[in-house]
Amino acid sequence: MKQTKFSPSLRKITESKLFFPTLTLALILLFDLITVPNFFSIQIRNGNLYGSLIDIFRNASAVMLLSIGMTLVIATGGVDLSVGAVMAIAASVAALLMNPYVLATELPPHLMKLINDPQFTYQPLWIVIIVTLIVATICGLWNGLLVAYVRIQPMVATLILMIAGRGIAQLITNGVRIQIFYEPYAFIGQGWKILPFSLYLVAFVFVIAWIITRRTAIGLFIESVGINFRSSYFSGIDEKKIKLLAYSFCGLCAGIAGLVASSNIKTSDAYNIGMTLELDAILAVVIGGTVMGIGGRFSLLASLIGAVVIQAITTSMYAIGVQAFALQAIKGLVVIFVILLYSEQVRGFIRKLTVQKEAKP
Amino acid sequence: MADKDTSDLLISMRGINKAFPGVQALENVDFDLRYGEIHALMGGNGAGKSTLIKVLTGVERPDSGKILLLGKEVSVKSPQHAQSLGISTVYQEINLCPNLTVAENILIGREPMKWGSIHWKKLNTQAKEILLRILGIDIDVTRTLGSYSVAIQQMVAIARSLEIEFAKILILDEPTSSLSTHETEQLFGVMRKLKSEGVGIIFITHFIDQVYKISDRITVIRNGTLVGTFDTSTLSRMELITKMIGRSITVLDEMLKTKAETVKHIRGENVLQARELGQTGEIEPFDLDLHAGEVVGLAGLMGSGRTEAASLLFGLETPDSGSLTIAGKRVEKFSPNASIKRGLVLSPEDRKAAGIVDDLSVRENIILAMQAGQGWFKYISRQKQEEIADKYIHLLDIATPSADQIVKNLSGGNQQKVILARWLATNPQVLILDEPTRGIDVGTKAEIQKLVLSLAEDGKACIFISSELEEVMRCSHRIAVLCDRKKVAEYSGEVDQNVIMHSMAGEL
Repeated sequence: MKQTKFSPSLRKITESKLFFPTLTLALILLFDLITVPNFFSIQIRNGNLYGSLIDIFRNASAVMLLSIGMTLVIATGGVDLSVGAVMAIAASVAALLMNPYVLATELPPHLMKLINDPQFTYQPLWIVIIVTLIVATICGLWNGLLVAYVRIQPMVATLILMIAGRGIAQLITNGVRIQIFYEPYAFIGQGWKILPFSLYLVAFVFVIAWIITRRTAIGLFIESVGINFRSSYFSGIDEKKIKLLAYSFCGLCAGIAGLVASSNIKTSDAYNIGMTLELDAILAVVIGGTVMGIGGRFSLLASLIGAVVIQAITTSMYAIGVQAFALQAIKGLVVIFVILLYSEQVRGFIRKLTVQKEAKP
Repeated sequence: MADKDTSDLLISMRGINKAFPGVQALENVDFDLRYGEIHALMGGNGAGKSTLIKVLTGVERPDSGKILLLGKEVSVKSPQHAQSLGISTVYQEINLCPNLTVAENILIGREPMKWGSIHWKKLNTQAKEILLRILGIDIDVTRTLGSYSVAIQQMVAIARSLEIEFAKILILDEPTSSLSTHETEQLFGVMRKLKSEGVGIIFITHFIDQVYKISDRITVIRNGTLVGTFDTSTLSRMELITKMIGRSITVLDEMLKTKAETVKHIRGENVLQARELGQTGEIEPFDLDLHAGEVVGLAGLMGSGRTEAASLLFGLETPDSGSLTIAGKRVEKFSPNASIKRGLVLSPEDRKAAGIVDDLSVRENIILAMQAGQGWFKYISRQKQEEIADKYIHLLDIATPSADQIVKNLSGGNQQKVILARWLATNPQVLILDEPTRGIDVGTKAEIQKLVLSLAEDGKACIFISSELEEVMRCSHRIAVLCDRKKVAEYSGEVDQNVIMHSMAGEL
């Protein structure tokens, strides 16, 4: 076989999973730079940073969290439709643990006072968080069991919890939308420490996921199972456990996203929290270049950028004055554009461009 | 060499060039096909045969060069377009839908209709007729394709492509690699019939015997360039092989010596002992012993139970009778993972479906089983991975631009080597190789056979499964014969090939 000459650097950039999401994001931001005055201005108040750019990232944090877990699930060749519903379940569990008195029909006056006391919580915050995340992980585990052991198609298996989940969330709070008054809880979604606190959470989860997948063999096994689960099984990989792990982790991520979302709106609203966010999360992963339905190669960072792309579209549309009702349609157009970028034809075209450039001395 | 008279040419490909990232797959290749001829396309692994076929059938676009069909220049845009031009192909890897029935597979896209919906009854009878008429096989066409053996699936693929009425050109890419002798003869009958009807057939195979039996002309490609086109009757086998591999073939001779030498390396140590091991409906209870340094061949026809026996030993299936003892320990837990940890590995028959992980790199494919044996958390460092990959790329002479090449870009033979490397990296004591040389060229085949013997010399035990009896006989110290999912005989020492063939046929 003869080697054709090519400069590895340029090709490496265009073939990287990060290339298209970053390019898309850059295009959107360029659009903002031209059309929206002061879009990039950042103010400093009390040592914290504020601005449209920061807002994009802050508002994307829930979808970013979801997209980390979703990446692993999609890489195994599956999908998790239930993450939005799991967010709602997590919100309900957290709200109930902080203030179960809301559900009581009659309360003595001294307890009545506690209901809207911003300093009161029934369980300490750390227990609230841990229990909530355990419940969310169990939700993911359930999905994983259905997919890996009962062998139900992922789309169908997770559809069960997607539908039932919001009902369960309601059951937990007895159908009541619990308002969350406890002040420290609000910090999760609304706190600021130079940057929004939720972004540190995203970074933390990302680093953990990265270590799990790239500093152990789990990432390789996830990719291998997604590409060819039979070959993986023949090679001694326990594909069932790998899938179980991916779905459980996805549930955990949904739980954290649920904490962020409920802290943001200060209620456990089973019908609003995480609504249709599973679709955004899937879209983020797809923009990040992990192939839906096939799985295999994945990039966590590319998925995160994908999540930011989605939020950047929304924020930019609002910034140029697009009405809320028109937003979905415009988002759809942008998505089509992004997906076109990924098509074999466009990739082939770009490959050709780089080859031609390389051919010149 | 090349024919100057173009009036009897069905196809004429001129100056075809095609490059893939990092590889010049075809360089200025010419190829002709006449009316009513069977034209063998020969070459080693990665020589460019498949690429040439892909260019002809519109799967790949050539970078330059032209294709003349019946004297007119055409540009083949897609496989569908090729089909509409009368070019039909049966690929080496079966490209049918295993979850559809045999009948649906044969008539897909051309289903008989009634009242605007598919006329199922007619569909099934038509499909049955086609199979009987073309290949003379009678099977239940309402069962899903996937429930049949690879051989039957291959036959269905052939029937399907032949059924396309106006096929003037038929391309058979390794159609016989999973067929038994009898089935191959059937296929040859069909090929001769089509030839007499004026169809031009391009026949790709690694079986030299078959080339001489059926082909009129031979075109040899090596490293993406044309070596030449020859009349089969004027080219000796030795010349052909020399042209294919670019050097004279002495490896095979060397090997016979090696086998004789390895016999004395067999130690008494029993590494694998199966007693009355069986699974209802799959394979009847059988006994099998394997000693360190020994190669045991499993001979038998397609569907005789070879693969089923191997699956039981490797723990893909759990036996419902008997016992299995490996390295002195009785096996309780049957799973691939447990087997690998015990030092027993299986290189599966179906390379595409159960062997390679095609989107992973050569390096990752090689370390995969080793890593699985070490578990999730003892991650083999990148540097160590590279060392291991380089070692086996070198050892097995795997042709790849680098260890980071995606494995699906490699040729079939090199993919097979990658799978062997994957198993060797786990340092196994027992290797079960199920059809390790299927669809692989002569040179590589000899290399793999030699490798098996040298492994035995190192004290490893091997079970060697192959459809080619000669190959089994050449490599094995002992041969177990299977017939109708039952072990029927065992031979050691020098055995007459006819004796084995009779017991394979169940006559002894």
